[in-house]
Amino acid sequence: MGGLFDFMLPELESPMTGASTDAVMGFIHLVSFILLIGITIALIYFAIKYKRKSEDDETPLITHNNTLEITWSVIPLILVFIVFGWGYKGWLTLQSPPDDAYEIHVSAFKWGWTFGYDTGAQVSNEVHVPAGRPVKLVMQSEDVIHSFYVPDYRIKQDVLPSRYTSVWFQAEEPGESQVFCTEYCGTSHSDMLAKVIVHEPEDFKIWLAKQGSGGGTPIERGENLVGIHGCTSCHSIDGSDKIGPTLKGLFGKEEQLADGATITVDENYIRESILEPKAKIVAGFENQVMTSFEGRVSDEEISDIIEYIKTLE
Amino acid sequence: MADAEVSNVKTLQVKRFKPSENPKSTFFSEEKGLWAWMTTVDHKKIGLMYLGSVALFFLLGGALALLLRTELLTPAKTFIEADTYNQFFTLHGAIMVFFVLIPSIPAALGNFVLPMQLGAKDVAFPRLNLASFYIYVVGAIFTFIALANNGLDTGWTFYTPYSTGSTSSVVWVTLGVFILGFSSILTGTNFITTVHKLRAPGITWGKLPLNIWALYATSIIQVLATPVLAITVLLLTMERTLGIGIFDPALGGDPVLFQHFFWFYSHPAVYIMIVPGFGIISEVITAFSKKHIFGYWAIALSSLAIAFIGFLVWGHHMFTSGQSAVATTIFSFLTFLVGIPTGIKILNWVATLYKGSIEMKTPMLYVFMFLFLFSIGGFTGIMLGSLSADIHLHDTYYVVAHFHYVMMGGTLIALLAGLHYWWPKMTGKMYNETQGKIAAFLIFVGFNMTFLPQFIMGSQGMPRRYYNYIDQFTPFHQTSTIGSYVLGVGFLLIAYYLFRSIFSDERAPSNPWNSRGLEWQSTSPPDLHNFDHTPVVIHGPYDYHKPMEEFQLGLAASHNGHGGHGHGESVEVTTETEKA
Ligand code: HEC
Ligand code: HEM
Ligand SMILES: [Cu+2]
Ligand SMILES: [Cu+2]
Repeated sequence: MGGLFDFMLPELESPMTGASTDAVMGFIHLVSFILLIGITIALIYFAIKYKRKSEDDETPLITHNNTLEITWSVIPLILVFIVFGWGYKGWLTLQSPPDDAYEIHVSAFKWGWTFGYDTGAQVSNEVHVPAGRPVKLVMQSEDVIHSFYVPDYRIKQDVLPSRYTSVWFQAEEPGESQVFCTEYCGTSHSDMLAKVIVHEPEDFKIWLAKQGSGGGTPIERGENLVGIHGCTSCHSIDGSDKIGPTLKGLFGKEEQLADGATITVDENYIRESILEPKAKIVAGFENQVMTSFEGRVSDEEISDIIEYIKTLE
Repeated sequence: MADAEVSNVKTLQVKRFKPSENPKSTFFSEEKGLWAWMTTVDHKKIGLMYLGSVALFFLLGGALALLLRTELLTPAKTFIEADTYNQFFTLHGAIMVFFVLIPSIPAALGNFVLPMQLGAKDVAFPRLNLASFYIYVVGAIFTFIALANNGLDTGWTFYTPYSTGSTSSVVWVTLGVFILGFSSILTGTNFITTVHKLRAPGITWGKLPLNIWALYATSIIQVLATPVLAITVLLLTMERTLGIGIFDPALGGDPVLFQHFFWFYSHPAVYIMIVPGFGIISEVITAFSKKHIFGYWAIALSSLAIAFIGFLVWGHHMFTSGQSAVATTIFSFLTFLVGIPTGIKILNWVATLYKGSIEMKTPMLYVFMFLFLFSIGGFTGIMLGSLSADIHLHDTYYVVAHFHYVMMGGTLIALLAGLHYWWPKMTGKMYNETQGKIAAFLIFVGFNMTFLPQFIMGSQGMPRRYYNYIDQFTPFHQTSTIGSYVLGVGFLLIAYYLFRSIFSDERAPSNPWNSRGLEWQSTSPPDLHNFDHTPVVIHGPYDYHKPMEEFQLGLAASHNGHGGHGHGESVEVTTETEKA
């Protein structure tokens, strides 16, 4: 139904979650369109038919009509009940992930996404999933509220800092779909994008195996961590300043602080900058905030990040 | 309503007072000068001062809108930075909601018209009325301090914990909104009292103009809902300045709680914005079709129904927020129930036109535009109330288009209808009809060109509050931006011809539309005390089938030397005195 309005929706890639949504949207669009045309025709017809002929025109006294009044209350009431029930049914499906769903952990932060697999693998801004299998995302935010939205799957769920929320889908064909953040979260809200990459189940296994479990040399681990924790959405590694100062050439540099003091950047200063960013503010960045990573990065991870920063000369 | 009991009937001596076409003294010619205006307690002057301020804010909010649209011409940066864009959409939204739409119809037009439609000399508490205006000004000053000082980047919704952590001037703006709330509450209280206490002899509840019913329903919402907003912003301020954890999880608070508080006010607030618009539509549509309103009680009571059910649907803004499943279900259900009284109104207005004598003057053009645009806003609202559809559409441009169809296509267009309708009464001058029609046409075309494409791109997945967007959406954004320029030209044209009319020396007649409304049975512009007699009302405000003479009656005893103008025919009428 409502094929007339299909052009409004993107191709549906997860019929399990989206088919009911598309159907109810098509229905509402179609019924609304018919009613709107009806109202518009009535308006135009009356305007022409009863156009004023002279200032002394007389009009009949029609105060009300209970039959009409009841008809046009009851019919819309029935229509909205249908729409309510239909929307509710679709929504129940969205609320109930199948038991055999493949679980992936999602961490949202200003301004990026990290996806964690049960093998320990972590990837940022790309979530790889197998085709033809339900996938459940268990999500949490590191800072403010974000929202995980995939138009192709018709799913959306806010990601909160205080508790876990979840969302599920089942992509049938290999391919790519766009992920948006849809809860306003500051400067780069509109760049907080990600991709869902759907593989054939075999290819997915191969891909996952290749990810390892976050191993590698400390420098490699550090580089990975800087991506996963979103440091690079505020700090460039090419010498340009973004929200925060660049990390290039940082180690060993004489840093000018906002209170006028200078300090030589060493391991402890970087450690403090990560755990307690407000303790020493870099001159020129007084109006920006870096949220503390206290409790989110372990001591080993900080060491890895420092090793990585040292290589950025 | 009830049968007239003997004790409730009194006999009044009335005579006809035909308003002079050439009044010697009007509220403009008395109490002149800046100081007199600034200290006036005259509801008409206060109404006009509100109108002026609202117009200024609309200019500012509109300019910001055009800057936003210009930035969106290209997917990446066009000419401003992301942070600037974020501040602009926040200010645009906050200004349009708190400084334009909420005060526009009640405080500006309502202030002018309400006492006149009741046949009163002023509102019940004239000084309080002036106080509300100054409170509004103080609220505005706080907001400007924020503007000059770091701006505001949280969106007009101030969602926590983003707003707790933001380095922009959240506290100044929330205090501004807090202060503004008092202005709204005082105006509401004033109107409620005036409607109860100051109706002229003969105006029973069943003879109240629908505009009064609408303002009455609005006032109830203002008085009941605004305190919740005040508490919410106060809690937010406490959290930011004193570190008391209420909403911020880092301090042990709950961010979703903020959303509940916020929408508990802000959903009813959308009815504060739209219900007064309904009132104007009823007045204008009857005047320009010379027809009795169809379904007086259906329209009057549906405003009250909307006002009450409107308090119970706030959760429909939070379907994706992680609120409980039971809550979500109930909120969706109740949302549909609000749709029904709204639909009933639209159909009653359309039915009013049947067998009328329809004249397509500028105000009526806006009524037709309203019926079309607001219907689209309403239908898409039903879409958003439907749970699974809202999951897909929430926080996309579909929502942006929906609320612009409702707030701009509804309230603002109704405001334009009312502004053109009452302009000759308020200023005593007539605007240029041809230019009025051209502007209405530009606004209609520009509006649809701006906001129709947004339904499509929203439904295809374009999120709102986005500074950058992916290439796929470019054509929609560009059409929308060009449409917004057409819209802008339309508004400039209105500003031009209205401004010009003030300085022309052509006088408007006292009742150019042959309206039966009581406010039209005064001179244009009215006397300082509105009427130079106590009006007496025997017919309903929409009795277009009765002759005009019977609408120009006043207490015979209150005749005060208006000499030859009053045609002094004494009639005996028995009227039912109102039951309080
Ligand atoms: C929301 C943006 C943001 C994120 C995300 C962020 N930072 Fe920062 N960072 C800043 C800002 C702004 C400053 C400068 C103000 C200050 O000194 O606190 C800063 C300062 C620093 C400094 C001191 C720089 C200097 O020039 O002295 C270091 C080191 C640093 N951050 C490391 C990190 C690491 C490592 C991460 C990821 C774990 C990270 N930051 C994530 C915004 C951010
Ligand atoms: C009565 C008139 C109007 C009202 C009440 C109004 C109200 C609003 C509100 C409440 C927002 C949301 C702000 C936010 O997300 O925090 C908004 C956003 C916006 N409005 Fe308006 N607006 C009006 C007129 C206009 C006009 C005329 C235009 C175009 C020329 C326009 C363009 C926009 C744009 C581009 C956004 C930003 C959308 C986004 O990024 O989410 N508005 N408006
Ligand atoms: Cu975001
Ligand atoms: Cu609402």
